[in-house]
Amino acid sequence: MTSKRCTDLLSVRDLSVEFRTERGAIEAVRNVSWAIAPGEMLAIVGESGSGKSVSALAIMGLLAKPAGRISNGQIVFDGQTLTGMAERDLRALRGRDIAMIFQEPMSSLNPILTIGRQIMEPLRLHLKMSVEQAHARAIELLTLVGISDPEQRLKQYPHNFSGGMRQRVMIAIGLSCNPKLLIADEPTTALDVTIQAQILELMKSLTERLGIALVLITHNLGIVARYAQRVVVMYAGSAVEQGTATQIFANSRHPYTRGLLRSVPRLDLPRARQLETIEGQPPDMRQLGVGCAFAPRCAYRTAVCAVAPQLIALPEGRFSACHHEDQLLAPVSASVAAREGARSDLVGADSNGDGITALLTVDSLTKHFKVKAGMFSQPAVVRAVQDVSFSIQAGRTLGLVGESGCGKTTIGRMILQLEQLSAGRVLFEDEDLALASGAQIQALRTQIQVIFQDPYSSLNPRIKVGDLIAEPLKVYKKTTTPQATRERVDQLLVQVGLLPEMAQRYAHQLSGGQRQRVGIARALAFEPKLIVCDEPVSALDVSIQGQIINLLDELQREKNIAYLFIAHDLAVVRHLAHRVVVMYLGRVMEVADRDDLYGNALHPYTMSLLEAVPVPDPTLERQRLRKTIAGEIPSPLRRVAGCVFHTRCPRASAECQENIPELREIRPGHFAACIKL
Amino acid sequence: MGSYLLKRLLLVIPTLLGVAVLVFFMLRVVPGDVIELKLRGDGGNVSAQVVAEERERLGLNRPLYVQLGYWLKGLVTLDFGISYWTNRPVVEEIGIRVGLTLQVAIMSAVIAVFFAIPLGVLAGLYRNSWIDYCLRVVTIAGLAVPSFWLGMMIVLGLLSLFSWSPPVTYTPFYVDPIANMSQLIWPALAVGYRYSAVVARLVRSSVIEVMSEDYIRTARAKGLFERTVVIRHALGNALLPALTVVGLEFAFLLGGLVVTEQVFNLNGIGRLFVDAVAHHDFNLLQALVMLIAVMFITINLLVDLLYGVLDPRILYK
Repeated sequence: MTSKRCTDLLSVRDLSVEFRTERGAIEAVRNVSWAIAPGEMLAIVGESGSGKSVSALAIMGLLAKPAGRISNGQIVFDGQTLTGMAERDLRALRGRDIAMIFQEPMSSLNPILTIGRQIMEPLRLHLKMSVEQAHARAIELLTLVGISDPEQRLKQYPHNFSGGMRQRVMIAIGLSCNPKLLIADEPTTALDVTIQAQILELMKSLTERLGIALVLITHNLGIVARYAQRVVVMYAGSAVEQGTATQIFANSRHPYTRGLLRSVPRLDLPRARQLETIEGQPPDMRQLGVGCAFAPRCAYRTAVCAVAPQLIALPEGRFSACHHEDQLLAPVSASVAAREGARSDLVGADSNGDGITALLTVDSLTKHFKVKAGMFSQPAVVRAVQDVSFSIQAGRTLGLVGESGCGKTTIGRMILQLEQLSAGRVLFEDEDLALASGAQIQALRTQIQVIFQDPYSSLNPRIKVGDLIAEPLKVYKKTTTPQATRERVDQLLVQVGLLPEMAQRYAHQLSGGQRQRVGIARALAFEPKLIVCDEPVSALDVSIQGQIINLLDELQREKNIAYLFIAHDLAVVRHLAHRVVVMYLGRVMEVADRDDLYGNALHPYTMSLLEAVPVPDPTLERQRLRKTIAGEIPSPLRRVAGCVFHTRCPRASAECQENIPELREIRPGHFAACIKL
Repeated sequence: MGSYLLKRLLLVIPTLLGVAVLVFFMLRVVPGDVIELKLRGDGGNVSAQVVAEERERLGLNRPLYVQLGYWLKGLVTLDFGISYWTNRPVVEEIGIRVGLTLQVAIMSAVIAVFFAIPLGVLAGLYRNSWIDYCLRVVTIAGLAVPSFWLGMMIVLGLLSLFSWSPPVTYTPFYVDPIANMSQLIWPALAVGYRYSAVVARLVRSSVIEVMSEDYIRTARAKGLFERTVVIRHALGNALLPALTVVGLEFAFLLGGLVVTEQVFNLNGIGRLFVDAVAHHDFNLLQALVMLIAVMFITINLLVDLLYGVLDPRILYK
């Protein structure tokens, strides 16, 4: 198959990786084959647990020992067979010919060694450079990855660098010995959108210039569309589809890929009422049957799917592992038409909410944190939230977007009365929460509920799911008898799409999506009027995200709940929100109704954010002119004079540093804080 | 760094003052009269007048706040008064014993660091191997066996196997190193075993944790030799937490090895402590508690400063 191409730099043939655990062996990668040519850019896409990272670690010979091992297959790199190669020969290849960049820039560098030492290490080892030579090369490398003042920076430690900068350092280390192949495992997942764009553009331009082949492992389909030439889609340890980016995105021949493409909210397509989702959840790798792993979730499933499909070669050099690939000839864009159709019924429902009284109003909300460096030092002030005002109408969704440090989570916490206000007011049904008595606050707590970001750590692992949901009911005596409580819990579980039996389980026995549903059920227990959703889907896999988004949407329509939807993902916010507030460094940059904001963004920051998001369409992505916004988000400890965005703004001029721009109504209902408008 | 040190040293003053006041009052609420105990403790029949005179001589008839004043003044001038029990200056009583205790503490710390760190690292690297299992048995035994019992076994063993017993009288190291060592190495071993066990277990878990860090994976991905990965990238990070434990245990030893000193018949701080308590010797007890407080504070400060040197993330301003 692919390995027949004699020009391959790296070819992986029938690779299987097995992990031995106390509860038996798990085959994390199952018969995966792919190849990459010199200078090519290949993306491996999949959700968590699909085996994409494990296969990369297997190539590097870095599987966790002794649990993980390559149980089958062959890896050939540049004419050498890596499988079965002696550890010392493999070690000599690592870092010299094959380099790897990891997901977590915050923890991937040794905290107690200088950056310089860490960059010079492979140079000294593999290229036998002298200290002076290595030092000169390290300066060159830092300049290459866009770090200014390299000589000084070499003497610093990782904690002196921001996440984006650390990832640049990781790239410098990766490129240090001029490798032939660079493997980047989710290199930008932990970074903000604007920084993500910078890092990816940097990797693309450097690998292109230096002729390095790049394997990009990601779950983000937009990134794949923008950067990859060829794509391998993985599901449950197997490669289910392979082809060029254009082939995969325009006309996928595997139901999983199709489902994945449809289940993400996209900025480039009209907004659909409901996301098409892949139902169910990824299989438990311990209990994989012999058949097609995707069959239980597949709409095309028939009796033949009980036999595992082979990856079969299709015309034009593509591959699909599906018995029914011939039924999938219609281009994906057919679903776009469906979306267009679906859109018409939206207009009425989404018309402007004028005349409805506000359920929640926040007025000049401000939060300053004092940060003390030591017992005697003067505390520094972090202006986490500054003068933020907005209101939410009953039954509607207000989206709050921004990058890390913009204050969006703090606002949520202030509304929930989990954080004291430094200034400003929060009015709920025209009642000032600051003036409310203790009893009133208690009553209000049942009206305003919250859904947290991390479904893994926000549920107590020692309490059964049913008791987790029942707890608030008991505390507030909403149900009087144990029987009534049980019935209410069952009812709530059904409402969020779980089975009543799940009340007897513990959180660790549920998947991420199911846990988030439990979180939603708990929030619903009081029939609240407002739910603060703090990044409720960002910790979930793409196919699960869609399910949760749809659930939130349905619940809103059924129960007329208002949401404050806090997120960094612009596409998700667009899908759910009626009105959107864009924040940067504690201040509101722009407020507008959803279609207005996404259609005619006014503020330079909103525009840069929208530009930085890659959309899952290779044709469109390649036509887009990418202007990545330069610079980093300034530390919240530093006070930026004038407009907080001026340090990175493409339109900034001297006067932007003088006055803090006021939020003005530029068009009816569309506010922006920029003097250039 | 300099100003940080100054701040930390200034902070020592309120801490010590707190300890001083607390220990002063706590001793005075303990039931039993020191003079009664001293003069009549062994059943002697002493007249009330003698008792009153003795009380006056030791200044115990004065109001509490005056006594407190004298105690605090003594602290500043390092004059802790006279032991009620031996009638010798407290400073002198402590001075003749502190050298021995310090030496045993240093020797056990050296034993602990030299054995525990390499063994802990090995156990961590070869987790669940025979090395790890053997070390686990040895270290858990070290935690479970009281040092004084081990001390007794050592003394008995030496006597019955070699018909030799360690010297009974203390010879300072600078007078006769061999005589000194042949006396003190045994208690140091007995105490150092437990000490090593504590440190080794900590180092083991710390190494296991650090070896699964992302930066170790990065170091391996660079193609470094495994020994470079361990020595350069893992050890520095793994030994940081061990520093705290080594320091705290050391300070603890300086407080005296109460029972072990009895077993080896050593005239150190621990034994002095027991005797001072038995005799309700307030002056001596107060001074000993202050000594331990100072030791703990000093060692903690040293450990913190050392952290600042070893961990670039910690910046003292």
